[in-house]
Amino acid sequence: MADEHTYDLAVVGAGPGGYVASIRAAQLGMRVALVERDRVGGVCLNWGCIPTKALLQSSQVLSLMRRTGEFGIYADNLRADFSVAVKRSREKAERLSKGIEFLMRKNKVTVFSGEARFTSVKELEMIGRDGKTSGAIRAERILLATGSRPRLLPNVAVDGKVVLTSTEAMLLDRAPASMIIIGAGAIGVEFADIYRAYGTAVTLIEMLPTILPYEDEEITALLHRALTKKGITILTNTGVERVTVERGQARVRVSGNGESQELLGETVLVAVGRIPNSEVSGLKELGVATKNGFVTVDERMESSIAGIYAIGDLVGPPLLAHKASHDGIDAVEKMAKLEDVATADSRRIPSCTYCYPQVASIGLTEAKAKAMGHTVRVGRFPFSASGMAITLGETEGMVKVIADAAHGEILGVHIIGAHATELIAEAGLAIALEATPEEIVRSIHAHPTLSEAMSEAALAALGRALHI
Amino acid sequence: MAISVVMPRLSDTMEEGKILRWLKKEGDRVEGGDIIAEVQTDKADIEMEAFGSGILRKIVVGAGQSAPVGQLIGVIAEEGEDLSALLTPVAGMAAVGPTSIESGASASVARTLEVAAPGRIKASPLAKRLARAQGIDLSMIKGSGPGGRVIRRDLAAVPPSAAAIGQPAPPIAERAVAMAPTAPSAEFEDRELSPMRRAIAKRVAHSTATVPHFYLTVEVAMEKAAELREAMQAQAPDLKVTFTDIIIRAVVMALARYPAMNASFMDDRIRIYSQINLGIAVALEAGLINPVLRDCAKKSVMQIARESKNLVERARALKLRPEEYTGATFTVSNLGMYEIEEFTAIINPPEAAILAIGRIQSTPVVVDGAVQIGQRMRMTLSCDHRAVDGAMGAIFLQEVKRLLEHPFHLILQPE
Repeated sequence: MADEHTYDLAVVGAGPGGYVASIRAAQLGMRVALVERDRVGGVCLNWGCIPTKALLQSSQVLSLMRRTGEFGIYADNLRADFSVAVKRSREKAERLSKGIEFLMRKNKVTVFSGEARFTSVKELEMIGRDGKTSGAIRAERILLATGSRPRLLPNVAVDGKVVLTSTEAMLLDRAPASMIIIGAGAIGVEFADIYRAYGTAVTLIEMLPTILPYEDEEITALLHRALTKKGITILTNTGVERVTVERGQARVRVSGNGESQELLGETVLVAVGRIPNSEVSGLKELGVATKNGFVTVDERMESSIAGIYAIGDLVGPPLLAHKASHDGIDAVEKMAKLEDVATADSRRIPSCTYCYPQVASIGLTEAKAKAMGHTVRVGRFPFSASGMAITLGETEGMVKVIADAAHGEILGVHIIGAHATELIAEAGLAIALEATPEEIVRSIHAHPTLSEAMSEAALAALGRALHI
Repeated sequence: MAISVVMPRLSDTMEEGKILRWLKKEGDRVEGGDIIAEVQTDKADIEMEAFGSGILRKIVVGAGQSAPVGQLIGVIAEEGEDLSALLTPVAGMAAVGPTSIESGASASVARTLEVAAPGRIKASPLAKRLARAQGIDLSMIKGSGPGGRVIRRDLAAVPPSAAAIGQPAPPIAERAVAMAPTAPSAEFEDRELSPMRRAIAKRVAHSTATVPHFYLTVEVAMEKAAELREAMQAQAPDLKVTFTDIIIRAVVMALARYPAMNASFMDDRIRIYSQINLGIAVALEAGLINPVLRDCAKKSVMQIARESKNLVERARALKLRPEEYTGATFTVSNLGMYEIEEFTAIINPPEAAILAIGRIQSTPVVVDGAVQIGQRMRMTLSCDHRAVDGAMGAIFLQEVKRLLEHPFHLILQPE
């Protein structure tokens, strides 16, 4: 094979794991090829994080417009066009995807378009949309970053019109009259919030006892109340038995809490999590080990076959863009044998849900911390006691700090309220540096800011709260 | 401008020093470079220079007292300059004598140490807290965080026995009281730990707690080595060539052949040293010290004899410079002169092995089917099993034995 098709590293998948790994590898002097079958930026940028955040921005501006009277601003004849919100979200995704193309050029990463297929441990073939081979490359190492796709339910057929996954749900030309959302994880909750703002009658169904089931129960109880107040119907402890479509109308048979009922909806959104895209052609034949569909990797992110690496959604939860990027950097730096490489510790990965009020957390929930045998000290600070939150009119919210009683190790931080997803970064830094509530308190927080709530919650964990 | 005189760090392992005496009194004029005090460290007595000029206005730590590295021990300033800013925050520290530091239990002392050495040990706040609570000395922990920062997980790796080194006193005292509340105590005398004794205690406890040792013993026929020694002695009557010198030459040659033994286990890798720095364990009245023969791969027996004699003499006089007792890559310890037949030595981390030499004794041996009197010496190699496996240690030891039994190899001109 000709030299120009030989690379130090070939990355398969240009999502936040793959493209970040490519940049880092190029920075470290590797000759890098990046193979993508769709658009650079992956699901995150094209069909996930970015377009949904753009839609949420529209829905949140709309919600704010509805309450401008409290600020003395009157907006009569308020009109909202959902199709423009969708168009705007596509533009934002497009713009960022272009940005990544630029970054690839800038870092001299060669991007190949096509579906990758292994022809040997060190060789890939690219298959174009027409099913024909569009090229082949050889690389010393191959990093798989193929991400994940929505999980489907065995008894529910997705048709893309009435029964949707998140991908179709972000492309509707109008807000439907009603939507039944199966699954109250981050994706389900965010879409519930988007469509509710546009007037859709939303029913949110969750099999587990709480919405956002992996979040702290105290926080989700507050969110449950806030979403209910907006008019979202929430059914927890409820399973879906059957979904049928008749004359463009969905019938969803659910059972829970000892009763069974049928719900009618214009649309159904299946948001029951995501599954890894581990069916890369030729991978199984090479003998790369997987477990429950996730590629098994060691601490260097190397699979059971030497020279083949995997990162991000493909290797296991949490299935989050920022975790994939971190994995990518981690894997590449370890290939380059750099010292002081920071391995992602799942307890240090923040998780964010961008509904209103926002939910953000890092570390253990109170229940999990106790189950693990920690004696905990919990500090809480409600936004209703924060000067800044009051001036903003954002008093719905709380910061909760969970510390180990013995030495002050911060086990978890949970935030609900305005800008929670921004505020969580401080907790991430504190945990990464192994700060205790004492150090959070010693760091002076500007007044008036929402960030003071973090300091106050840390004070509360030390039993020294000032403003409550 | 007032100058703070702080307890200097005079060796890698030094954590505190004892002021043996001040050579200047309060009120004396000092110039930069003047010797102002003598400090006893864990390894040697060292003269301490002034870093600036002025009047020695205040002696904070008097002769006979100890202070942790970095603590204020005196102030040099101009006449009439206000010292309150320098002295106020440490007023409490000055009152902390060596005995209360040893008790180590109260929070105020721990905090004092923290203030005294800011930034010396990179550790997370959580690691500091855990270390304080568990009595772990952070300076003994190799940090795995960025830039060697000690983080929580490094402490989790410290076994409880090592964790107890820092502050053994309180639990032991409690236990003694609990077990024999009414028994009359035997008469005793408490001897203050010298810095050297404290350093030895920490190092050996740390080594036995964290380094998995295994031991290999071999018997060596020393008749020919004895002949070699006599011949050399005859050639250089002024220089005493010892068996240790000859053994060192054999060890150095074997290390050159098997560099895997000249190594350190570094948690995530094994470091093989290209230079051979041989430590020689030397007994002192107050403890022991390992002077180091540096870069000795190409040194002849005579050179080794000359240099080690000089080093050992100065070690006994506590006159070694720090670079002369640090950086060994392998150590030899000989107790043959005390009629010890064989013993096992504790490895000096981060070295991967130590060779313990017993005495040479006359023993009946069978040679060609006949009993003869032979000269036999037993030596025991202690290895860090994380760095070296049994077979490697055995091959190395076999090579040392071979060289000693065929000592003409030892005097062939080093390449």
